[in-house]
Amino acid sequence: MATLESFSCPLPKLYYDTVQLAHGSGGKLSAELIEAIFLPCFGNDTLNQLEDQATFAVPKGRMAFSTDTFVVNPIFFSGGNIGDLAVNGTVNDVAMSGATPKFLSIGFVLEEGLPIEELRQIVESIRYSAQQAGVNIVTGDTKVVEKGSCDKVFINTSGIGFIPPEINFGIAQIRPGDKIILSGSIADHGMAILTKRKGLSFQSGIKSDTAALNGLIATMMESEGTIHALRDPTRGGVATTLNEFAGQSGLGIRLQQETIPVNDAVRGACEILGIDPLYVANEGKLIAAVSEEHAELVLEAMRKHPLGTQAAIIGEVTNDHPKKVVMENAYGTERIIDMPIGEQLPRIC
Amino acid sequence: MCLAIPGKIVKIYTENGLRMGHVNYSGTISEACLEYVPEADMESYVIVHAGFAISVLDEEQARQSLETWDEVTDHLKKQGYTVENAPLTDKTKKD
Amino acid sequence: MKYIDEFRNPQAVKALVHEIKSISTQKWVIMEICGGQTHSIMKNGLHQLLDGVVELVHGPGCPVCVTPLELIDQAVEIASLPNVIFTSFGDMLRVPGSSKNLLEARSEGADVRMVYSPLEALKLAREHLDKEVVFFAVGFETTAPGNAMAIAQAKKEGLTNFSELISHVLVPPAMTALLSSETNRVQAYLAAGHVCAVMGWEEYEPIAAQFRVPIVVTGFEPLDLLKGILMTVQQLESGKHVVENAYPRAVARKGNQQAKALLQSVFQTIDRKWRGIGIIPQSGWALTPEFAAFDATLKFETGHIKTQEPKECISGEILQGIKKPNQCPAFGTLCTPEHPLGATMVSGEGACSAYFRYHKEV
Ligand code: SF4
Repeated sequence: MATLESFSCPLPKLYYDTVQLAHGSGGKLSAELIEAIFLPCFGNDTLNQLEDQATFAVPKGRMAFSTDTFVVNPIFFSGGNIGDLAVNGTVNDVAMSGATPKFLSIGFVLEEGLPIEELRQIVESIRYSAQQAGVNIVTGDTKVVEKGSCDKVFINTSGIGFIPPEINFGIAQIRPGDKIILSGSIADHGMAILTKRKGLSFQSGIKSDTAALNGLIATMMESEGTIHALRDPTRGGVATTLNEFAGQSGLGIRLQQETIPVNDAVRGACEILGIDPLYVANEGKLIAAVSEEHAELVLEAMRKHPLGTQAAIIGEVTNDHPKKVVMENAYGTERIIDMPIGEQLPRIC
Repeated sequence: MCLAIPGKIVKIYTENGLRMGHVNYSGTISEACLEYVPEADMESYVIVHAGFAISVLDEEQARQSLETWDEVTDHLKKQGYTVENAPLTDKTKKD
Repeated sequence: MKYIDEFRNPQAVKALVHEIKSISTQKWVIMEICGGQTHSIMKNGLHQLLDGVVELVHGPGCPVCVTPLELIDQAVEIASLPNVIFTSFGDMLRVPGSSKNLLEARSEGADVRMVYSPLEALKLAREHLDKEVVFFAVGFETTAPGNAMAIAQAKKEGLTNFSELISHVLVPPAMTALLSSETNRVQAYLAAGHVCAVMGWEEYEPIAAQFRVPIVVTGFEPLDLLKGILMTVQQLESGKHVVENAYPRAVARKGNQQAKALLQSVFQTIDRKWRGIGIIPQSGWALTPEFAAFDATLKFETGHIKTQEPKECISGEILQGIKKPNQCPAFGTLCTPEHPLGATMVSGEGACSAYFRYHKEV
């Protein structure tokens, strides 16, 4: 039945407009919150049993398990909110192993006074993102803290996925000659957040790229190219991930600056604020080290997927300059791309 | 020092008695104070530093610079020096 | 991006480098004053392209680097007061004071906020009439018009809860000081384009004449920098020493008249201490008596705070172009961007930090 109803959660009315300490007490109000907000959205057979734990059948072989905690200010931004991030972030971390993400847990820390309406929106985004990613939320928890003890809402998610038998991705598999593939434009998420921060007075069309990448990864795996390692360049950006590749593999990475896609508005914002997009967070991009002979094959497959249309080979793995990432520019000069030092702050000079 | 890049004025207004504007940098728009560039108008390119437009970009001068560089590259080409790519200025548009 | 990408065009970069190489008969020592130029040179590897033809010496043009330690200590002191909202450009937040930086002060409870424009700080003052809002007014002549406007506006609106901690420095006196030094090696200057956009370049003419050095007003994109270097080398090769403008699209001879007028009424010239260099006469701006009520140093009585700089750090010699960062014994060992000893390591465009990031072993 394709009514509007089926696209959003059928939410009963709650007595309070804002989150109260008692909502986390385990008493009547807690039950009300679960029944009014969480169950209608996340409801699935496992969760509906309301046991203290989720139980599920496990196939033979290896599992991937990952956890991440999400704190972001502002909690709503162009392109998504903290709920999307919490689902996609963990789904991606699980998926980077080649696993198919299946189950998520969710823990909320809510600040007393958070408007219920905002919580509803976040929960609705969680539902939507989980559905898009094909994962079930099977267990969860909510705590409420006094006003000022946390910033609106913190979310922790953990995820479990199952790895197909023949798959073994990891930095240890990276070989000299491997091509480095990036799935799309960089720095969108970080700049969407930064330009929305107070004190910067920006308006921008910059949208967070938050997305679950398990679909794209499945496409890449179906192409039958040999993928050696996958990572999502979140905090610290592409520069950090590539430094992890180089540092942990003991090999060098050589990049071609012009091949790295950056959207215009993002570039504009980076130029004014003096920020290097290579160091800015992404939430819906991946970097792959792929064997040289299969790189084009994998790239082609990625470009056919909606999340990979801008995918590009941005560099290669080399025996030269071990453990270092070096970027060549259009002038034929080069510079070292180092690990970042702390968070990048906008600068005027 | 003094990070400042050119952007196009897309809105002009007054706030707290100050002449303010919105400046567009390839899709990112930020607020800038236009008090110091009274000659700047809608569509002008201004150079903005720390929220203040400090100079109106002289488009004629910009074009001239680019043309000089085209001449330099043309000159080098004639000497047999390899320079790839297209010219800097859009020569087809010139009458 | 319009008026940016054209000035990064690789073919023209190659052509200009070729031109510079073909006219120079010896290796010239040219100082780019501005840290933004240093940044662009390093990031684009222009020093690699000009290797053997021109030695680029990085000047003292980074306000973050030259802001004296004691001002950071004053900032931390003021920020830590109850009832104060301390605002600053992002650049200054991580600069180490003698015991801590502003970010650490924030973690200890100080209300420190990052702003992109001094008008944002003013807005906070309007919104929080019950609090003192202080803005850390650092910078060269480029940043001064904005900081001056915020003060003039505060006065007009009667916002008595707004003040600025002022650390304004001026470029020409520093250039003179460097040239007067016995150890000076600099043969020509690239003047800072955006400083000149505000001030014009007339004040450089006596310097060029007195010390017989070419000075070329230069922009920030790769082509602008190479154009400035080319014009400088042309002068050096032909024995000329005048002020020329390689950045005409942004800079006029007289600068920005409106900005200069307001600067004159809000600021007066004073002797100022530069981190790593010491006191340079008449090299800074402070508020005129008419605006003294907006001077945070007076308001919070922090003028007594005086601080010594760490002994190991040779940032003074680096700022003067006498030594390169990798000649400092602490470079990369005791002093790294994570644990900076001197301000030239703190700021992304400080010479030590730029060296650490772009130059190391390549
Ligand atoms: S490397 Fe560090 S200690 Fe040495 S001069 Fe630079 S800032 Fe000072």
